[in-house]
Amino acid sequence: MIFHRRIRKCWPGVLLLLLCSNAVHAQLNVFACEPEWAALTEALGGDAVKVYSATSAEQDPHHIQARPSLIAKVRRADLLVCTGADLEVGWLPLLLRKSGNGDIQANQPGFFMAADQVSLLEAPAVLDRSLGDIHAAGNPHIHLDPYRLQQIAIALAATLGKVDPTNNDLYQANLGRFTHEWRQAITRWEMQAEALRGRRIVVSHNNWVYLEQWLGLERAAVLEAKPGVAPSSRHLAQLLVQLKLSPADMILNANYQNDQSARWLAQKTGLPIASLPFSVADEETLIQWFDRLLSQLLSADS
Amino acid sequence: MRHSLLLPVIAATLFNSNWVFADSEAETIKQQLETIQKEYGQAIEDLENRLLETEQNVRQTNTHAGQNSFNPAISIILDGRYSGFGNDLEGYELPGFALGGEAGLAEKGFSVGHSELVISTNVDDKFFGKITLAFDDHDGETEAELEEAFIQTLGLGNGLTITAGRFFSQVGYLNQQHEHQWDFADAPLIYRGLFGDQLIDDGVQMTWIAPTELFLQLGTELFSGSRFPAGGRTNGVGAWTVFADIGGDIGIEHSWQLGVSHWQANNVEERAGESHADDGGEAETPSFNGESEINALDLVYKWAPNGNPSHRNVRFQFEYFERKEQGDVVILGSGLPFEMTRFDGHQKGGYAQTVYKFQRQWQTGFRYDRLASQNRGSDADVLAEAGLDNEGHAPQRYSVTLEWLPSEFSRLRLQYNRDESSEETDDQIFLQYTMSLGSHGAHQF
Repeated sequence: MIFHRRIRKCWPGVLLLLLCSNAVHAQLNVFACEPEWAALTEALGGDAVKVYSATSAEQDPHHIQARPSLIAKVRRADLLVCTGADLEVGWLPLLLRKSGNGDIQANQPGFFMAADQVSLLEAPAVLDRSLGDIHAAGNPHIHLDPYRLQQIAIALAATLGKVDPTNNDLYQANLGRFTHEWRQAITRWEMQAEALRGRRIVVSHNNWVYLEQWLGLERAAVLEAKPGVAPSSRHLAQLLVQLKLSPADMILNANYQNDQSARWLAQKTGLPIASLPFSVADEETLIQWFDRLLSQLLSADS
Repeated sequence: MRHSLLLPVIAATLFNSNWVFADSEAETIKQQLETIQKEYGQAIEDLENRLLETEQNVRQTNTHAGQNSFNPAISIILDGRYSGFGNDLEGYELPGFALGGEAGLAEKGFSVGHSELVISTNVDDKFFGKITLAFDDHDGETEAELEEAFIQTLGLGNGLTITAGRFFSQVGYLNQQHEHQWDFADAPLIYRGLFGDQLIDDGVQMTWIAPTELFLQLGTELFSGSRFPAGGRTNGVGAWTVFADIGGDIGIEHSWQLGVSHWQANNVEERAGESHADDGGEAETPSFNGESEINALDLVYKWAPNGNPSHRNVRFQFEYFERKEQGDVVILGSGLPFEMTRFDGHQKGGYAQTVYKFQRQWQTGFRYDRLASQNRGSDADVLAEAGLDNEGHAPQRYSVTLEWLPSEFSRLRLQYNRDESSEETDDQIFLQYTMSLGSHGAHQF
């Protein structure tokens, strides 16, 4: 009892210590548009950064509203880490304009777009809205390729060092550790996923292209006839015929997406659905997320 | 005493442990570092190879951006409708409110509604610029109107933003939204009564966002006051506003915003209301001179399951306005001597609306409007002639909509109003399309 009471009395001292250390090393305020970039920034920044993720893995990053809470967050951000390539075109430009924050405007060091650091697949040759919700710069869902993610990590560590030069060494050291672990993880994943090579998949929305390329999956069909437009029943019927002629192995659906059409197709064809986490969950690292993604993919395959 | 001892003890323990383990730890760290360096080096090499491949692609995609890439973003709003009314259009009135600006009902039958051409872009790294041309039909003639033309600072710092030019005032909530963003085919009655549908003016605006967790915005505007409802001569600063908004999220699914605002014009000169010709005589126009002030309250709440509004969401919106005016009203064109009355106006009202998107492509909405006025004047007849007598009637209106949204860029709307603006109840039907062509920017909360 006495011991217990003493611990309780210690708390104010400990709290004070924490507060003081915070005051001395002001943390870098980072606004991440998607949870994968929040996780990456945390891995590279450690205690030197305070990261806020504008979306969760359950949210569709295409369709977010420029809510007052987000404006307040961008107002105080020292660094913005987003996907770019027009993924956030429906909300980020407005947040930037409203924020009155000069540090994170385009062309400032605090404006980091992951898609600017890597090459994009599937840049459309023709831009026409009748083709659906297409991204002019290419498919923006780059975080599903671990190699591209590594490239982005290198660029992000450099950006962190530019925005917060006093902690540059820390960011580079963290990058070293991240790269080491990431490389080991890639080797492990590629071994695990060897069984998936050549598997034919049906996807709900065309947002798995980088995963397909990495793991050698073959996209047999897309449920949405046009990106961002709900599939019509006629299109689904055509798909059914097509899949009878050349069968697929499984259906992929991101967990933020409505799985109505996917379930319909699964029922008609008997294909398994892999309802995959499209991004990092709360309190999860990138490696843990990829582990989870792959194990769900493998269990759907078996 | 115990407290003061605690810190040195913690510190000493930390330092001591470092000394004890220093030697052996240094060794292991060195070894670890070496292995890391080896593998890291190899990883970098691998990546560099990949980079070389991908950089080629990046260059290719970058060169795609031709000369047009510096052109501003252009978007066009196409709006057309079929309107059916029971009552006569010319007879439309809101007892107690002298209508002006764009107030009134749409054309009967088929008409091209409010079409817009919007051009906007970042001027450079410091400024954003936007121009909106609106095309409306008035009495069979198409009029192009400069609806917006402003520049705005980009990232001025410290949460400050300055806007200059012609823009929508931030008084109220709906006022900042373009007509195509409205959830109903027509403006709320209170907007029709006070602002002639929307409050637009020339001037400057300054907003500041507080560096707080909760969204807090303070702002002020200085206007020339040359447009309705200040409606007079440009005379320096003819009207000004102050406003404050707070907002935030409750969990991931709920978000809200609450605002208060104030608009004031101390010296309104010759604000013309709707003119009307009595018995085929000369057109008579009521004109107000004096001071005018408006206070407003707005509340918005939105719900989206899992924070994904695209499939299902609910939006609730409530606004309340109160206007007080003192001065005199003259009936222009009434012949000498002018008919005139002292005017002591008090007009208020608001609306509440809920829109429910129940499927990806379908949504429905309900709105209720209600107004009231207690205007006093020295000459009751002149007051009545100017439309400022409430005729013992409190205008109200019920509206319901059903909308089909094939994509983010198109909308078909069916709306029914039971309009009790005046004593003659009117059934109104609108069938409207609104399409957005070209690059289309983000919408506000």
